[in-house]
Amino acid sequence: MVAPLNADQPAAAGAAPLQALVERARALSEDVQLEAVRAWKAAHPGRIAVGSLPVWAPRELIHAAGGLPVGVRGGGDGVEVVRGDAYFQSYICQLPRSTLELALDGSYDCLDGVIFPSTCDVIRNLSGMWQLLLPGKYVRYLDVPQSLREDLGGRFLEHELRTLRDELGQLAGAPISDDALRASIAAYDAHRRAIEDVYALRAATPWLAPSWELYLVLRAGDVLPVEEHTAMLREYRELAAASGRPMEDQARVVLTGAFCERPPLGLIQTVERSGCAIVDDDLALGLRFIRGDVAPPPDEDPLAALARAFLARGRRCPTMFLPDDAGQAKGEALVEDARRAGAEGVIFAAASFCDPALLDQPMTAKAVEAAGLPSTSFKYAENTGQFQPIREQTGAFADAIKIWSDA
Amino acid sequence: MTATPLPAAPAPQKDRSQERQKAMLAEHFARLAAAPETGAKVVYTFVPGNLTELLLSFDILPVLPEINALQSGMRQRSREFIREAEKRGHSEDVCTYVKCDLGMKLKGNVGPTGDRLPNPDLLLLSYTGCFTFMKWFELLREEYRAPTCMLHVPYQADGKVTPSARDYVVRQLREEVIPALERITGRAYDEDRLREHLRRSAEAEEDLVRVLRSARRRPSPIDGYFGAVYYVGPIFSSFRGTADAAAYYRELREEVDERVRLGLGPVTPDGPMGPERFRLVVEGPPNWTSFREFWRMFHAEGAVCVASTYTKVGGTYDEGFRHDPDRPLETLAEYCLGCYTNRSLPTRVDVLCRYMDEYEADGLLVNSVKSCNSFSAGQLLMLREVERRTGKPGGFIESDLVDPRYFSAANVKNRIDAYLQMIEQRRRGAGA
Ligand code: SF4
Ligand code: SF4
Repeated sequence: MVAPLNADQPAAAGAAPLQALVERARALSEDVQLEAVRAWKAAHPGRIAVGSLPVWAPRELIHAAGGLPVGVRGGGDGVEVVRGDAYFQSYICQLPRSTLELALDGSYDCLDGVIFPSTCDVIRNLSGMWQLLLPGKYVRYLDVPQSLREDLGGRFLEHELRTLRDELGQLAGAPISDDALRASIAAYDAHRRAIEDVYALRAATPWLAPSWELYLVLRAGDVLPVEEHTAMLREYRELAAASGRPMEDQARVVLTGAFCERPPLGLIQTVERSGCAIVDDDLALGLRFIRGDVAPPPDEDPLAALARAFLARGRRCPTMFLPDDAGQAKGEALVEDARRAGAEGVIFAAASFCDPALLDQPMTAKAVEAAGLPSTSFKYAENTGQFQPIREQTGAFADAIKIWSDA
Repeated sequence: MTATPLPAAPAPQKDRSQERQKAMLAEHFARLAAAPETGAKVVYTFVPGNLTELLLSFDILPVLPEINALQSGMRQRSREFIREAEKRGHSEDVCTYVKCDLGMKLKGNVGPTGDRLPNPDLLLLSYTGCFTFMKWFELLREEYRAPTCMLHVPYQADGKVTPSARDYVVRQLREEVIPALERITGRAYDEDRLREHLRRSAEAEEDLVRVLRSARRRPSPIDGYFGAVYYVGPIFSSFRGTADAAAYYRELREEVDERVRLGLGPVTPDGPMGPERFRLVVEGPPNWTSFREFWRMFHAEGAVCVASTYTKVGGTYDEGFRHDPDRPLETLAEYCLGCYTNRSLPTRVDVLCRYMDEYEADGLLVNSVKSCNSFSAGQLLMLREVERRTGKPGGFIESDLVDPRYFSAANVKNRIDAYLQMIEQRRRGAGA
């Protein structure tokens, strides 16, 4: 097995700024009680903070209302679930349990509302639980179209977004103007580019930007204003690129399926330590859902442009239907991403009981196999503490890839 | 989705309606078996949000994979089908209906009558109230290489049908679904025929509601859960809008009216139920692999289920909805939007509280099935809400639809017994 040198060691000499950035990102990513959001609200009296569950939500609209978009994605391994468990049956993923725990222990009191994007039946029903348990709080279930025709699904999505825009305007105390929305879309376009730039660096030179670090930096975005997070991503990219970390010869893999319930940091570190360099992943699916810029032309309604970008360039991920005429087969997008990132294999990592990931997996796995890419799969929970079996599995997977590629 | 009908009738001595239902099913499966020779077109679709009248107007034969799955469960075949699917990489964690259906396909696609089911000419994905549906038909598309037509039915998150949602569904019907049906059949859409079917649907719906509401009486003449899954069979599946279904519901209503007149309680597979001691509302689908045993745990104790939400997954007719022949596509859209699991949790709680009240129930029992997040996620909160609002005790059991590994008879029985005892104690306490 190849022993990775950089996994979970911040860079050595001369790397203080990088280390400081990563430590800051770590603190923010562990801030599941939303202290940073409270601080932001104290510094910006009268402005709103609105959460959204992990997969795509139009954060641009919250931003355009002068608000702080906040990523709501459960407690990870940092929260003891007591009350949350009392509301759920045995067989269900972990995310709703810890999310509800945080809602009930007051951690989310600083949120003026929460958007539940159409993702799966768990998140759908969680929106109703929110209505019942937190009366008076703004709750929006956001249905996204499964028809990708502009004049059909597009019109529906535009209507949904308009409703959301009106409601957020009311919550914030002033309607959202087109100019504000344009400015917010520009801020998020910059954010999308900054994320893709870091992903590109990692794909090209994974030893410079190990995934456990990138994971923390991405997570920090759950509680940071978008401008600050864009700056953090850019700074991270520069520092990591200049870190001079030594090259490592690891198996290059794509990690997929972990787009909602957060895998523990230890799991990402375990995969890396076992000899795999993650060169692409869907850990930030919600932020990367729209490929490329939205960039509304000056003569187009910015909201319509957002809806159009969702339809035309939204990722055909497991939470979505792939129409017959989508111009691609199931799993093709994953295979293309893997190729683009120069991956040699795919790791399917799904949260236990995650319907979208687990129902989709047999189809994408078949496509991956047909493309000649080896794959392996395991399940996790946000509070998994035992990584040894995963270490052995991904270690053997890395070894197999290396043997093939050396042969 | 979980849904319903069964080839065999529950009672030892069969009523006229039961004989009719059996004959209807036999004929339907015979037509399906003959489809490769007759050239009849076959569409696979789901129970919630099914568009049976529209399919019938094109002389299309519907197949409902959920129903195949539940029948496989009742025929004790689901264990092997699920095993087959899991062997091929389908996760242990996901809905067992999907795996049971895929396993059945892998084992030759033999239906409940022993005949091979024909392949679909179209997969009509009525995406209503359940995320799994979407992936299920993506999976079937790979198996059958059949075209797939998506009908996206938005969720009723705010407890009402919005004009935007209705228009979106109507436009999909007009611009996607109907052209797809025209393509596979080579026939033009005939709105007059559709209206005719919708008119018959409304007749049957009227009679069904009367049957379901009969359980408000004491003693209840029917079991509104175990018994009612047989009653909703035709209307939830391939028969809504047919003359046969209208005749079935007329006969059923007459039979139930007669039971009311005679003051009789429900008939169970073990014969007439003894004196009614408990009246329960039930939330969640039943277990199919041990269906009779499960039912016996109730009726042996004198517990009758007076109302259930499961019997509303294919339409919430008791809330007043009727298919309206004067607004054919709008009515189909509203039907789809209104199916039980497409409704928000607060609305579901309201429905349950209303049942508790109108049916004078002693308590609410939730059967939380492992397969189904659409039903199960949030049920414990619903239970607490209903307890809080009605002051009546709630009970909670866990099982599965068609995976026998998740039905522990001893455990379920203990819980039901303890729950009924609790109701008894509360009653005594209240009477003291
Ligand atoms: S982990 Fe999967 S099943 Fe659970 S809430 Fe997220 S998407 Fe839904
Ligand atoms: S998840 Fe539930 S509603 Fe969906 S197919 Fe399975 S049993 Fe039916």
